Amino acid sequence: MMAHATQDTAIRTGRAVRMLIYLVLVLFALFYMLPLYVMLVNSVKPLDEITGGGMMNLPQVWTLAPWAKAWSSAQIGVEPTGLSPYFWNSIKMVVPAVAISTILGALNGYVLTKWRFRGDTILFGLMLFACFIPFQIVLIPMARMLGLMGLAGTTWGLVLVHVVYGIGFTTLYFRNYYAVFPTELVRAAQIDGAGFFQIFWRILLPSSGPIAVVSIIWQFTNIWNDFLFGASFAGADSQPMTVALNNLVQASHGVKEYNVHFAGAILAALPTLLVYIVAGRYFVRGLMAGSVKG
Amino acid sequence: MGFLDIDNTTKSYGAVEVLHNVDISIEEGEFLVLVGPSGCGKSTLLNMIAGLEEISSGEIRIKDQVMNGVHPSKRNIAMVFQSYALYPNMKVGQNITFGLEMHGTPKPEREKAMREVANLLQIEQLLDRKPGALSGGQRQRVAMGRALVRDPDVFLFDEPLSNLDAKLRVDMRTEIKKLHQKLGTTIVYVTHDQIEAMTLSTRIAVMNGGYVQQLGTPQDIYDTPANIFVATFMGSPAMNVVPARVAVENGKPMARVALHDGTETALPFSQDNMADWDGKDILLGIRPETITDEDAADRKSSNIAHMTNRIVVTEPAGSDTFVTMTMGGKDVIARMRSDAEVHPGADFTFAVNMEKAVAFDPATEARIAP
Amino acid sequence: MAQAANADFKTRLQTWLPKLVLSPSLAMVLIFVYGFIAFSVYLSFTDSRLLPSFGWVGWENYSKLWRLSHWETSITNMGIFALLYIGICTVLGLSLAIFLDQKIRAEGFIRTVYLYPMALSFIVTGTAWKWFLDPGIGLENVMQSWGWTSFEFDWIKNRDFAIYTVVLAAVWQTSGFVMAMFLAGLRGIDNEILKAAQMDGASNWNLYRRIIIPQLRPAFLSAFVILSHLAIKTFDLVIALTGGGPGRATELPATFMYSYTFSRNQMGIGAASATIMLMTIAAIMIPYLYAELREKK
Repeated sequence: MMAHATQDTAIRTGRAVRMLIYLVLVLFALFYMLPLYVMLVNSVKPLDEITGGGMMNLPQVWTLAPWAKAWSSAQIGVEPTGLSPYFWNSIKMVVPAVAISTILGALNGYVLTKWRFRGDTILFGLMLFACFIPFQIVLIPMARMLGLMGLAGTTWGLVLVHVVYGIGFTTLYFRNYYAVFPTELVRAAQIDGAGFFQIFWRILLPSSGPIAVVSIIWQFTNIWNDFLFGASFAGADSQPMTVALNNLVQASHGVKEYNVHFAGAILAALPTLLVYIVAGRYFVRGLMAGSVKG
Repeated sequence: MGFLDIDNTTKSYGAVEVLHNVDISIEEGEFLVLVGPSGCGKSTLLNMIAGLEEISSGEIRIKDQVMNGVHPSKRNIAMVFQSYALYPNMKVGQNITFGLEMHGTPKPEREKAMREVANLLQIEQLLDRKPGALSGGQRQRVAMGRALVRDPDVFLFDEPLSNLDAKLRVDMRTEIKKLHQKLGTTIVYVTHDQIEAMTLSTRIAVMNGGYVQQLGTPQDIYDTPANIFVATFMGSPAMNVVPARVAVENGKPMARVALHDGTETALPFSQDNMADWDGKDILLGIRPETITDEDAADRKSSNIAHMTNRIVVTEPAGSDTFVTMTMGGKDVIARMRSDAEVHPGADFTFAVNMEKAVAFDPATEARIAP
Repeated sequence: MAQAANADFKTRLQTWLPKLVLSPSLAMVLIFVYGFIAFSVYLSFTDSRLLPSFGWVGWENYSKLWRLSHWETSITNMGIFALLYIGICTVLGLSLAIFLDQKIRAEGFIRTVYLYPMALSFIVTGTAWKWFLDPGIGLENVMQSWGWTSFEFDWIKNRDFAIYTVVLAAVWQTSGFVMAMFLAGLRGIDNEILKAAQMDGASNWNLYRRIIIPQLRPAFLSAFVILSHLAIKTFDLVIALTGGGPGRATELPATFMYSYTFSRNQMGIGAASATIMLMTIAAIMIPYLYAELREKK
């Protein structure tokens, strides 16, 4: 998106205006940082400091106990297991779902750009529209279908759901990326005698790194952060992190341990935040390479 | 039967026919250039020879083998693309041998073939580089190397020089011509550049609107263009096409053409059969280099006509000076020696080599003489 | 047919492979998306309650739905939420993008800060804002402990204002992303045009108003499409932030559908509400996708 980050803008502004602009930008930076700050400081202080009106203060007593409790002993639903088993549930669901949807997206994108046929744009449109539907419209039949397939309440059921509703986006990314990949290369390889899969494997895939990163980050973030499917289709031993966090926070019994909630929230946010911080710029770069619009 | 036969071939997309009944046949070792403006169908035809586009009807044969429906890799052809289409993730050496690898050639043979080709094209020092690290001219050579290594029956070139700068383009043009003379291979070459077409080919097919307008040797095409399209497309500056009326004077057919002030001059035809057109309107085609000053007129010509006309613009171009005047209400360009004494606004007596003049039927735009 | 006779088996396989490779994805989408949509739409015309049932009741579920005050609340909330969410995100995103496009020092860092909320789950966002806005321990409590004893901020517990806290959290989450879309649009504008306009004597204000912002049309369109579909799909955030409460003060169509289908065993009505959500999104998305795909051809 920021292709010309170093490009000079032709616009000149006065000193006073620039100061004002900086002020606004910094204020909004504070606004965006605020919830993260609140979560972080309150996850390392004892509960009474929070309830005593010190939510914005740094801890007087630093403690990692809320983190330990959120991870391994907090009451989630009926069991005092902490969030850790749900964290692993999420990992077990996310990894295969991301891998399968990305591979399918790459193959679809390859076919839709380099082996075009009559009606391919309509098929792509159908796949793309599927990304935007309100998933409420598929909840009821999906629940039945998972039951029929014997996947109700399982991690593999969730994997299937996420693959199905993710391939629209992965196909979009790869299609746009491969659309600007020179078709002459494919033709040259055809004349050289390479077949369908050889062309994909030897010619396109080695150049697909940037868009694969985009697809993986996008799918990882979406699937990790999903709540609706997790809440609707997961069983007791396949619930993902988001559902468990919500159960922890919404629990109506006992004392509300805000510090544990905040620690849990950070634990749930950590994987996607890490991915964003480490690979965010590759995401932007990859999107640019595929010249993806909105 | 020739070496490559394109037999009554058409191409349609749905109901739209983009190539109409193309008939071309060439012999082994010929250099056929398909030339025309963009959208004329030349690249489509090339892709049909390559097998990258299906043939809607008709037949394409290479060495008497029907190629319809045969996979591109089984036609024993090689192709050089406009963008060179070098595989960006492979080194130059791998690029060259990829086709052999796909055809199951053992590695030692591949290496040997690669060395030979690299030697021929003088790209040995590039073999371990990636295409991204090469200049335009080097990429061009690698692309040719990839085609040569296959030792194909027919080479296909798709505007291979259009991505090079002007000087390099001329150098590579010579290079390709040398290669053709040395190896004696059969080549089909697509370009929109009529100079490339003239300099490289043994035969040219001028295409427009999905039709082959004319198929012939470069000299045929230049001297006796089949119609006004071919006449004006081939040659730079383009052939002057001037409205004229045929009048028989003293038994000789003459072309009467209006000059800048509306007065008419009579230019005698070399062809007696133009008398059949007595009193009718025609379009007269005169190449710029056949309008000169008296001293530079072709001494071998038996039919030099003279006319005095007003000079509008002069454009000195170093080796020549281009002079613009008005004839028949149209701008007409003459190609003069650079030291000709010409001045804008002055009247000048031009020598016109009417032996080289061509006449067209204004209704059909087809050539009627010679 | 000379063509067929000459085509050997491998060549024919090659011509079928692409379609073969595409078919599993296509089958999945056709069944799990379009088949399911058909099934849900069908259910909305039946007397399904706890389980799908196939007694045809015509438009009864729809007429019942529109008589429910619960649904009316959801729709009203949707209107308020969508209007404010889309409006604020667009204005804020565009403004921040313009500010950030003035050769700002540390632009990369600021961009990262503005964008990171997009990486979070709505459940995390909801949790953070839920406790920050909670009068008992959050902002109100903090301000009072700092000495401003008359400070009150109980919107999240107030029936009349709770929906605005949903707007606040949603804007916080997505406005940075909208900013990035506009920034990309700004960076795509030809600098020579701007220089020419300056030569013509345009002030910065006029430059933006007359030259730059009109050229951002595609970014506005994309932002609108993305924001509106996100608005209609908003579900997790409400669940985490307010649980739809207090009372039903922050119910949206998505939460309405969920509770009617899975908690209240009114599947027919739930399916009808889902159908209405789908139709609304389709009315926005289909023309957009149609235009986008046509243009690319």
